[in-house]
Amino acid sequence: MVKKISEVAFRDTPEQAARFEKVIAENKHDKSRLMAVMQEAQDIYGYLPSEIQIRIAEGMDVPAEKVYGVATFYAQFALSPKGKYAISVCLGTACYVKGSQQVLDKICETLGIEPGSCTADAKFSLDACRCVGACGLAPVMMINDEVYGRLSPDDVEGILAKYE
Amino acid sequence: MADVNIKINGRDFAVPAGSTILDACRLCGIRIPTLCFMREINEIGACRICMVEVKGARSLVAACVFPVNEGMEIFTNTPKVIESRKTTLKLILSTHNKTCLQCVRSGSCELQKLCQEYGIENEDEFAGAVPNTHVDDTAVHMIRDNSKCVLCRRCVAVCDKNQGCAVIGPNNRGFDTEIGCNFNLDLASVACISCGQCINVCPTGALHERDDTQKVFDAINDPEKIVLVQTAPSVRVGLGEEFGNPIGTIVTGKMVSAIRALGVDKVFDTNFAADLTIMEEATEFIRRYTQKDNLPMFTSCSPGWIKFIEYYHPDMLPHLSSCKSPQGMFGATAKTYYAQKIGVDPKNIYVVSVMPCSAKKFEAQRPEMSAAEGCPDIDVVLTVRELARMIRKAGIMFNELPDGEFDAPFGLGSGAGTIFGATGGVMEAALRTAYEVLTGEELKELEFTDVRGTQGIKEATYNIAGNEIKVAVCSGTANADKLVRMIKSGEKNYDFVEIMACPGGCVNGGGQPIQPAYVRNNVDIRAVRAAALYRDDENLPVRKSHENPDIKAVYAEFFGEPGGEKSEEILHTHYTPRTRYTVK
Ligand code: SF4
Ligand code: SF4
Ligand code: SF4
Ligand code: FES
Repeated sequence: MVKKISEVAFRDTPEQAARFEKVIAENKHDKSRLMAVMQEAQDIYGYLPSEIQIRIAEGMDVPAEKVYGVATFYAQFALSPKGKYAISVCLGTACYVKGSQQVLDKICETLGIEPGSCTADAKFSLDACRCVGACGLAPVMMINDEVYGRLSPDDVEGILAKYE
Repeated sequence: MADVNIKINGRDFAVPAGSTILDACRLCGIRIPTLCFMREINEIGACRICMVEVKGARSLVAACVFPVNEGMEIFTNTPKVIESRKTTLKLILSTHNKTCLQCVRSGSCELQKLCQEYGIENEDEFAGAVPNTHVDDTAVHMIRDNSKCVLCRRCVAVCDKNQGCAVIGPNNRGFDTEIGCNFNLDLASVACISCGQCINVCPTGALHERDDTQKVFDAINDPEKIVLVQTAPSVRVGLGEEFGNPIGTIVTGKMVSAIRALGVDKVFDTNFAADLTIMEEATEFIRRYTQKDNLPMFTSCSPGWIKFIEYYHPDMLPHLSSCKSPQGMFGATAKTYYAQKIGVDPKNIYVVSVMPCSAKKFEAQRPEMSAAEGCPDIDVVLTVRELARMIRKAGIMFNELPDGEFDAPFGLGSGAGTIFGATGGVMEAALRTAYEVLTGEELKELEFTDVRGTQGIKEATYNIAGNEIKVAVCSGTANADKLVRMIKSGEKNYDFVEIMACPGGCVNGGGQPIQPAYVRNNVDIRAVRAAALYRDDENLPVRKSHENPDIKAVYAEFFGEPGGEKSEEILHTHYTPRTRYTVK
């Protein structure tokens, strides 16, 4: 799946910036540390904002396209932050045959975003996932730690409205 | 190196140890097909078209990366090998936008050629889902159509390793892999220097220059317009290849006749403008050298290099010569001096540049390139390939044409102008003039051989009129990047540095005829084309820019003196610092 670049405006706290600059300073002389630096940056920011990819590129003296290529190749890197409410819809076999794709489509339509991305106000992020181990409740989705089971597309709007 | 004994298809051969199977077979008269392989810069063994059988090996091996060893038995065309290559081709075709009839590369496409050679009878055997690709037509100089991309990564390798830009690369993974820019930006929004080197190595129609030929046909058919064509030094050595001539054939006379046959009003020689550039640049250098003003001075005739320094080393811009490139000087002179001379409104003069270069397309649309009020110096830039396309479309039988002569008054170029087309040529041309200006004596030995040749970075020191002048010559912007970093760190210091964006200079420009990888991997086309230009220089009656009578005339009638007020205004320019990375 092609990763979507977040439309959420990039913001960092002085504390995050300081931690990030320290990571760059410690690794800038060793280009082979690129992926490790990207991982640490993601730990700091929760994802890899484009602005941070550019700073990694400049700091490590590696072209930004290489950073972006790595970020889009490996599943571990996210280009979009998690929202205040992280929605995750199960597309595992059991959920899928019970219609979780339609539930996912309905969420996409309601929030106007695609899986792997986050609403511009950073409130909701949406991901598809594999089995969450609640097949008896299929189709299932989770919002943060809350599990919702036996869903139909018609339930979506009501559930989302609960999150303010 | 010692030889090893191998068998190819049952016959015995001795080949140098350490050779790849690909090279060993070639030495023994067998060409193995390749797609992703580019010597030294893209030896990634990715496409699997070069598979051969090796006795005892568990599976087929990739000839382009697999070394030979003593006693190896290689089979290059068994049914298994042929079947494997055909499958590979059919898999490529399963996601390929097979529109050969309308494809710019039909006839010169490496994929098409392989399909013919292997007799692909069913191109849709593996038909299925195709990736979502798009066409990027934002750049002034080129188009990327990923629906024709075979993911060989040759473009990625040249952009990174030769050009030091690395603005393109593989994004995403698996089925979604696509060559593109960071953050999926389009080419116009990243630090692409418009060099076109990626186009020249692409095996397919995925990358091609923006085609501006219709604009020229339209101008020719417009009775209001006076169409002037200028041809760059290295066009005369490239164009012939488009019509089946061997690499390194000089076709100046036929080129002039062919352009004239297209119906343009005048055919002029950019070599004249190259001489003009030398007059201005040598004068500027002598002034800056004496005043120790921002040394080293960098040459400014390569618009790919200009864009490179603007993006990658903007702090070094004061080191650039302020001279416009020869194409720019020509256009500016045509729309001021020539317009005045023939009594025509410059708005009705239409200047067409035929260039070995795609970056000239970008240069032509810079707002500062406008000497006559409201007129661009250059109206349109054609690459050598586009000129050839026009000649074919017009039904002109190129090889049968008689040799024509350039028109006056910009028809005469010196040998110094001709060698602008090869790396080191501008430096040599400038030295020929600077020597005589500084010493007041005649230069006996015209050849500055230290600055010739295709190495990426060359250095020399010349004693001229008691001054030790340290020069460097560099081609390929990855080398330029290296050199500039050494200059910044103080590791190197020079007085005068020539830089060309394309490796080997304009003879290997991004607008030159495309040679397939199996030629490029085995023939140094830069050296062969350059040698032809040096021979051309030797045979010309005038070999120093300042002795060109057309140059003397244009200063006497119009510009006054090199570096004077009028030439500063018309022939010189300024530059724009640019930001390498943006988010949007
Ligand atoms: S790239 Fe080659 S195979 Fe593909 S459409 Fe063009 S000519 Fe045909
Ligand atoms: S034109 Fe040059 S800089 Fe631009 S993508 Fe191609 S090789 Fe890279
Ligand atoms: S654009 Fe051309 S050179 Fe680049 S990867 Fe695709 S086919 Fe190869
Ligand atoms: S794998 Fe050998 S040419 Fe591509």
